[in-house]
Amino acid sequence: MELINKNRQKRKKLFSLFVSFLLISFLGLLGFFILKSLWLGTWTGEAQTCRTSGGFCFSFLREKWRYILFGSYPDSLLWRPILFIFSVILGIFFSFFRFFWKKALIFYYWIFLVLFSPLFLWGIGGEKVEISLWGGLPLTLFLSFVGIGLSYPLGIFLALMRRDGPFLLKYSSIFLIELVRGVPLISLLFMASVMAPFFFPTGMEINKTLRALGAIVIFSAAYMAEVIRGGLNAVTQGQREAAHSLGFGYWKMNFLIVLPQALKIVIPPTVNTAISLFKDTSLVIIIALLDLMSTAKLAVSDPLWLGMSFESYVFVALIYFAFSFSFSQLSKKVERSLS
Amino acid sequence: MTKPLILIDQVFKWYGETLVIKGVSFNLEKGQKAVICGPSGSGKSTLIRLINQLELYQKGNIWVEGILVHPDVVSSQQLCQKVGMVFQQFNLFPHLSVLENLMLAPCWIKKYPRPQAKELAFFYLKKVQLEAFAYKYPNQLSGGQKQRVAIARSLCMSPEIMLFDEPTSALDPEMVKEVLDCLLELAQEGMSMICVTHEMGLAKEMADIVAFMDEGVILEMSKPQDFFYSPKHARLQTFLEQVL
Amino acid sequence: MFRTKKGQLLAQILWGLFLFTLFFFLLSNMFANFKVQQLSFGYSFLQEEAGFEIGDSLWSYSASDSYLKALWTGIGNTLKIAFIGNIGALILGLFLSICLLVPHKLLQFLSESFLQVIRNIPLLLQLFVWYALISELLPPIRQSWEFLPNVFLNKRGLYLPWFDGSLPVLKGLNFQGGAHLSPELLALCLGLIIYTSVFMAEIIKAGVLSVEKGQWEAGHSLGFSYAQTLRLIIFPQSLRVIIPPLTSQFMNLTKNSSLAVAIGYPDFVSIVNTSLNQTGRAVELIFLLMLTYLFLNLCISWIMNYFYRRVLKWNL
Repeated sequence: MELINKNRQKRKKLFSLFVSFLLISFLGLLGFFILKSLWLGTWTGEAQTCRTSGGFCFSFLREKWRYILFGSYPDSLLWRPILFIFSVILGIFFSFFRFFWKKALIFYYWIFLVLFSPLFLWGIGGEKVEISLWGGLPLTLFLSFVGIGLSYPLGIFLALMRRDGPFLLKYSSIFLIELVRGVPLISLLFMASVMAPFFFPTGMEINKTLRALGAIVIFSAAYMAEVIRGGLNAVTQGQREAAHSLGFGYWKMNFLIVLPQALKIVIPPTVNTAISLFKDTSLVIIIALLDLMSTAKLAVSDPLWLGMSFESYVFVALIYFAFSFSFSQLSKKVERSLS
Repeated sequence: MTKPLILIDQVFKWYGETLVIKGVSFNLEKGQKAVICGPSGSGKSTLIRLINQLELYQKGNIWVEGILVHPDVVSSQQLCQKVGMVFQQFNLFPHLSVLENLMLAPCWIKKYPRPQAKELAFFYLKKVQLEAFAYKYPNQLSGGQKQRVAIARSLCMSPEIMLFDEPTSALDPEMVKEVLDCLLELAQEGMSMICVTHEMGLAKEMADIVAFMDEGVILEMSKPQDFFYSPKHARLQTFLEQVL
Repeated sequence: MFRTKKGQLLAQILWGLFLFTLFFFLLSNMFANFKVQQLSFGYSFLQEEAGFEIGDSLWSYSASDSYLKALWTGIGNTLKIAFIGNIGALILGLFLSICLLVPHKLLQFLSESFLQVIRNIPLLLQLFVWYALISELLPPIRQSWEFLPNVFLNKRGLYLPWFDGSLPVLKGLNFQGGAHLSPELLALCLGLIIYTSVFMAEIIKAGVLSVEKGQWEAGHSLGFSYAQTLRLIIFPQSLRVIIPPLTSQFMNLTKNSSLAVAIGYPDFVSIVNTSLNQTGRAVELIFLLMLTYLFLNLCISWIMNYFYRRVLKWNL
């Protein structure tokens, strides 16, 4: 018996070592490849030098970073989107510290980012810049933050309707939620870009970016509504009974007692949904809006710089990863401190 | 004759197909204290929950100080301001401090200004001897303390009558006494109360009326001396033998 | 929600009126716009000749076929991706979840890192990357890489033997016989499978971890190895927690297949897009689009629900 056990242990250890060996050699190869690309990377010069060197073409980024990041926003007014991006990063940074977890933070996020930012990007401190000229990272952040921000109250409303509403409101809510969740975001974006103009009064035009934003808001609201509904169900019935017995009506009960608890309970899935939506904004390339993804792709189509798609995509992937990863780490941190 | 504070008249309640309250009639005058006891599932909790509309009845009538509690009118705010309720599971609001738990309803429903609500809250906290815990959160309190906060919270709305739904059943034995003392003090001050409980000691000490409920009907209702020492109904006798 | 029965009724009536006026407003605008642009509402255009080629199809299709046939071809392609994608993602997801669960620290760490990288980069970007890798890094057709007997990889896609016995053979500029997966399809499948497998792996892992510790202890005390316990005791019980979110992932992959339009693979959305550009029948076509996806999701949900009910019957 003992021998069999010892053999089993030996085999397990050998296998484990084998796996380690495989993984380390894989990592080694990967590391070698990355280091080689960086070492041979060209920082100066044009496309020719890049192609011959075989390394990572940093000069491509040197040329194109401004376009990839900002699209066709007029150069002289670039301070606006830069400030906007910076304030977003600042907000995320502060959110990591418990010290700042006060009502003011929510205020900051909401008022500044959701309401202020469009004005900021569009009008203040100089001439107005047409929405159609917004592009790159600011557009992605705009669509994400404003989209998710506006969708949250709508989602709360839909969740309450679905859960407690009278017949017509309840089934309207269910219909909308299940319809929106059952179709790809692309179809909603198509609706916004191609189909929606048919439904506006003849001659009235709403900017495509705003229409896409509307589609994103509705899409996001449906998913948020389901997450929030989970939270509403998680709050024990006793809370509602206690509120009732103190004389609270439906709306006061929800806003003062139930929702504060429900929303806190579902912070992790809420943030996950928000991160997914942030990534989904990349789909607006399909309806020809110039977000970060589009500018990355377009930068490569420049005939002088063909074949640099890898560099462009890696650059943009790093940016997406940075934002997305920070948010998920933030959510884990909030989750840990709440338990 | 003064109008009774609570008038329950031939009330029937169905849960789907099952009849759970079968024609119950019950009166309570102002200043009176009633204790309702009985086996589980007898409908006693359901009965008092009908009074402040946590449950709805299908037949009969309930009046609270002249206001008709009508099934079609859900959560009449006027009604709930007159009737306070304390739950078996306390149901304190976990996201608010003890003080905020007490202040919430007076501020938002009675529209008291914050300083006034705060004074009121502290007054009742003193009464239940928990003013030191004003800024603590419910999860930092013991069961007995939570229940006393729950009592203070209901009192802040100055109700005419307090309903207690098995207030000590979820407590560890050591903490039952502190809550019972609280109830007794309240009773001595003249608050009208209906208490659903298994604590017979409470019934003996403070009740004016004790009622025995079984299978949706009040089988016997009398003064404590008669109830405990000369019970008439056979089932009550059996029940008392098991409980006492 | 509303205090009195009257209040409830009033709210519903108001809402009903609002919806009614909204529909009326939208529809009247639509018809007015139709008039201005001299269009009409109707599906008769589906019988007209499509006039465009479709690069990949389950059955034969040519430009002279109707729009209706073109749309069906598109649906066929979408189903093809959904089928390959979901099965592939599930297998890869299972493999990944095992990597996450085995007590090998390096393996777990690398798997987690891989997970984080894939999760935090948009799917579309990953599809573009795969497509770029395939079209730029793979060899031209004359120098195909034969990494398995009779299976060739090159810039123009993957060529492999098909069940009807035919083998791909290089004749001149192209391969004859066998099955062909275009670079678009390859990129789409690779991207979708890897992306979705990561989420599935997390779901499976969470499901396995949700089974109470006592079950592991029972397995160990009966002499089962880690792998056996996992396979025979834990996994069947974890299915209860795994199936609902997994169903969501199946639906997500099916919906995400619509990204094919960005790569140039002719899936249903892509063909709707082309038809839309040619005929201008936006309203009718997008309506069809949404209906189709709703139907697909309903099917997935029904199928998975059947399995779920069977799992629940195991009397846990």
